[in-house]
Amino acid sequence: MNEQWSLFKRNLLDSWRTFSRNKLGLLGSFLILTALIAAVFAPALTPHQPTDVIRDEAGRGLTFAPPSVNPPLGTDDAGRDIWTELIYGARISLTVGFLAGFIAMFVGSLFGITAGYFGGWIDNLLMRTTDILLVIPDLPLMLVLVATLRQMDLHVSPLVVLILVIGLLYWTSTARLIRSQVLTIKERQFVARARAIGAGHGHIIRKHILPQIMPLIVANTVLVISTAILVESGLAFLGLGDPTQPSWGTMLNFAFDRNAVTNGAWWFYLPPGLAIVWVSLGCVLLGNVLEEMLNPRLSVHHLEGNENMVMLSSPQSEKK
Amino acid sequence: MSEAPVLEVRSLFKYFPVRQSLLRRVDKSVKAVDDVSFTLGRGEVLAIVGESGCGKTTIARTLIGLEEQTDGEILFHGEIVGVHERRSHTGLVPVGSTKEEGLRSQLTLPHIALKRLRQRVQMIFQDPYESLNPRSTIFEIVAEPLVVHGIARERDERNSRVKTALEEAGLRPAEDYFMRYPHELSGGQRQRVVIAAAMVLEPELLLADEPVSMLDVSIRAEILNLLRELQQKRGVSIVFITHDLSTVAYFADRIAVMYLGRIVESGPTDEVLRSPQHPYTKALLSVVPVPNPRLRKERIILQGETPNAAEIPSGCRFHPRCPIASGECELVDPPYIQVSKMHQAACLKVSPQKSG
Amino acid sequence: MNEQPLLGVRHLTTEFVLSEGKVARALEDVSFDVLPGQTVGLVGESGCGKTTTLMSVMRLLPSNGRITSGEIRFNGKDLLTLSEREMRSYRWKEMAIVFQGAMNALNPVMKISDQIGEAILLHDVMDRDHAQKRVGELLEMVGIPRTRGDQYPHQYSGGMRQRAMIAMSLACSPSLLFADEPTTALDVMIQAQVLELLREIQKALGLAIVLVTHDLGVVAEVCDSVVVMYGGKVAEYGTADKIYNSAGHPYTQRLLASFPDVNRPTDTLVFIPGTPPRLTDLPRGCRFEPRCDVKLPKCAEIDPLLIEPDNQHYVACHLCKGREAHFV
Repeated sequence: MNEQWSLFKRNLLDSWRTFSRNKLGLLGSFLILTALIAAVFAPALTPHQPTDVIRDEAGRGLTFAPPSVNPPLGTDDAGRDIWTELIYGARISLTVGFLAGFIAMFVGSLFGITAGYFGGWIDNLLMRTTDILLVIPDLPLMLVLVATLRQMDLHVSPLVVLILVIGLLYWTSTARLIRSQVLTIKERQFVARARAIGAGHGHIIRKHILPQIMPLIVANTVLVISTAILVESGLAFLGLGDPTQPSWGTMLNFAFDRNAVTNGAWWFYLPPGLAIVWVSLGCVLLGNVLEEMLNPRLSVHHLEGNENMVMLSSPQSEKK
Repeated sequence: MSEAPVLEVRSLFKYFPVRQSLLRRVDKSVKAVDDVSFTLGRGEVLAIVGESGCGKTTIARTLIGLEEQTDGEILFHGEIVGVHERRSHTGLVPVGSTKEEGLRSQLTLPHIALKRLRQRVQMIFQDPYESLNPRSTIFEIVAEPLVVHGIARERDERNSRVKTALEEAGLRPAEDYFMRYPHELSGGQRQRVVIAAAMVLEPELLLADEPVSMLDVSIRAEILNLLRELQQKRGVSIVFITHDLSTVAYFADRIAVMYLGRIVESGPTDEVLRSPQHPYTKALLSVVPVPNPRLRKERIILQGETPNAAEIPSGCRFHPRCPIASGECELVDPPYIQVSKMHQAACLKVSPQKSG
Repeated sequence: MNEQPLLGVRHLTTEFVLSEGKVARALEDVSFDVLPGQTVGLVGESGCGKTTTLMSVMRLLPSNGRITSGEIRFNGKDLLTLSEREMRSYRWKEMAIVFQGAMNALNPVMKISDQIGEAILLHDVMDRDHAQKRVGELLEMVGIPRTRGDQYPHQYSGGMRQRAMIAMSLACSPSLLFADEPTTALDVMIQAQVLELLREIQKALGLAIVLVTHDLGVVAEVCDSVVVMYGGKVAEYGTADKIYNSAGHPYTQRLLASFPDVNRPTDTLVFIPGTPPRLTDLPRGCRFEPRCDVKLPKCAEIDPLLIEPDNQHYVACHLCKGREAHFV
């Protein structure tokens, strides 16, 4: 087991080395990490609660106060601190984004692997379903679904509805991508060899197909998360979010509804907008770099050889 | 030889349907294997030789269960194995190994018997760069057959079996290789890993499909010597598939020459190479390059190319390219003529040995 | 060499700059001649530098490759002194190349006749009608029926594609043809056809051919002289007869012994353990030394020079006796 650990460390180190070479990837990770930290450590980063009203000396709500030393991003129409709202909003936006992204990835991978591996009528069925979903325009469909589900008074948080709706509509690109990869891998000689040994479907999928596509899934998930965050922001902006748990999209919704524009309170709508861009950009950069990196085409020149090439320690069975 | 031969193939057929259009029924077939029969004894090496498209790889794939037979029998130690195509089975469309059809054609009944068979028959693939999963360690690759068949579940036992297999394949010390990945090994070493993985279950029959064609010439002998060693030490029978006649000369006890899905000549290696009877064999032998400029010989270069296996010529399938074909060759599909006790050729021009 | 050689390579050294600043010395001090109408074989295993030699002579190296020293004399003119523009007039007109993996060098969406025509029109001042006629001639020369010229590469078999590539290379009637592994991946009968074709063309056009391959049998069949390469250097060079029957270099000897001969099947085959040297990390001494079984202590320290043990036979080995080789 010692060997397996050192092997794992070696792989990790190799991957890190390749990864750290790419500046954009590092930038993307930085963007995402800062957002995550802000979300997780929100209480430590601000003395206020999002619902606290900041009052001036006279005890009146400090509405639409511009940014200054404190409050750093100003206040909204009710005197609440924007900075606080922003970092607590990060929690909502990121949670919805990540969860929806994971659902999409999971469903997409499942469909993609099943369709690609088994082919035939299973493939047809799954792919036609995918096509149908692809054809219907996303936003109107989601609007309808969310609105309908909310009407149905299901006693679930509106956020859960959002997560489910986004997750269950955005798996399609992942599914197509995974499927085409699986089709390619299926034809490779090492899979034929596994079949010749007598391996069953489960073994082949687990041991041979999944490891090959896992990197792709990871890279694609990051991109899907970025989409999910954007979509959530859009839906929340349209008023379909949960006003008691405001995400960045909801903040934008409030900003426009409550005349931040006419009041010139740019600090109300600009920060959440930029925050959305910040995280989405981070995801996209990271996702692209991961995709590039995880393509195992040799980046080694054919003359360079391999440092780790194992030499036979002694001449093998000589001529008789 | 009172015991049943390790492998006996009787009248094996494998046709691949060619769909003319979406709606019309299939009426043409690619006759990849068209009535092939042979036997293989314990510890014997049979070479199946031919050019691309002759059906040799299809035979290997059928023997290992990657393809289903259209007809015929495959017997392993006298027991019938092999899987026939199913015309209809819970909605699964039969046969064809086109890429769209997926893998379900592989696992039809009797699934259990097929799996057990695979413990005793293993295959070595051609491309040492492609037949190993780049993300698996060498240990995992060699241990995989054990895992799949649920053998040697104890860690120690498994380790020792993998170690033995690697060392017998010439990779010593084995532990050095356990945690390596395929891309860290040379082509020759990779092929040794493939052989180790094939031998870890101690099979009785090895199907080697062009095991050395993708290796540099100077290391081919390494692998061939290894296979020979395994054959001698463990009594493994080997079906050796290749297009390279010079390697065959070095390695095989018996040789079967294939053309367009049929064996056209077979017999002991040195006999067939010394006195080939079938015109195709003669032509092939004459064009094999010999590494000695002083021996530049008279070459029989056949014109044109091997015809499409979906359109096999009438009569003797070789007659359009045959330098000595005559009128009857176009009409009669030649039977096998016995040239000597173990040597036969399917040609009307061959004179049979007088018995006695 | 008595006649004026058509191509004279002298002390050619080529390097590749790799990522992280590492330099791979793909060729070092390579010298050989090609006489008009002669066939020269460049033999060696993967990574020995034979393809790089072709690319260097044609000056088709990738952007990270550079020729650091040597001369490439074509009909007396040193090609390395030419500008890229001047070099273009040599490429395809004087020397042409048939690439390895011909199947992939063809454009899948262009008809064969169009592709050959393109090769002609790019180089010659000829109008379309004449070019058409020439395409027909070329197809005939390589044994492809003229009518099939209108087909696409995927409708051709492997052997026919190889012939199409040969036709393309002959488009401008070069005097020197480079063939990079022309028969690898072809069935032995098709291989024989292609080799026969090359022989016929050579006779008809007085063409000189440089054949790059790892197949010693092919070389024995068609080559007049042979250059054996190892680790980027010339290990041995001489006439085919000398190389095959009185090889001087241990690598050549072992290589020949590892090649199965269908006429002598029970001869034991040897193999050469180990792997070729990494070109980024070349040893100080002889490059073959780690795998050699007759080495002397000095082999690891001093890189042997080319010795001329007998007339026009060169061997780079300390064990060889003779005067030092001198190429004019």
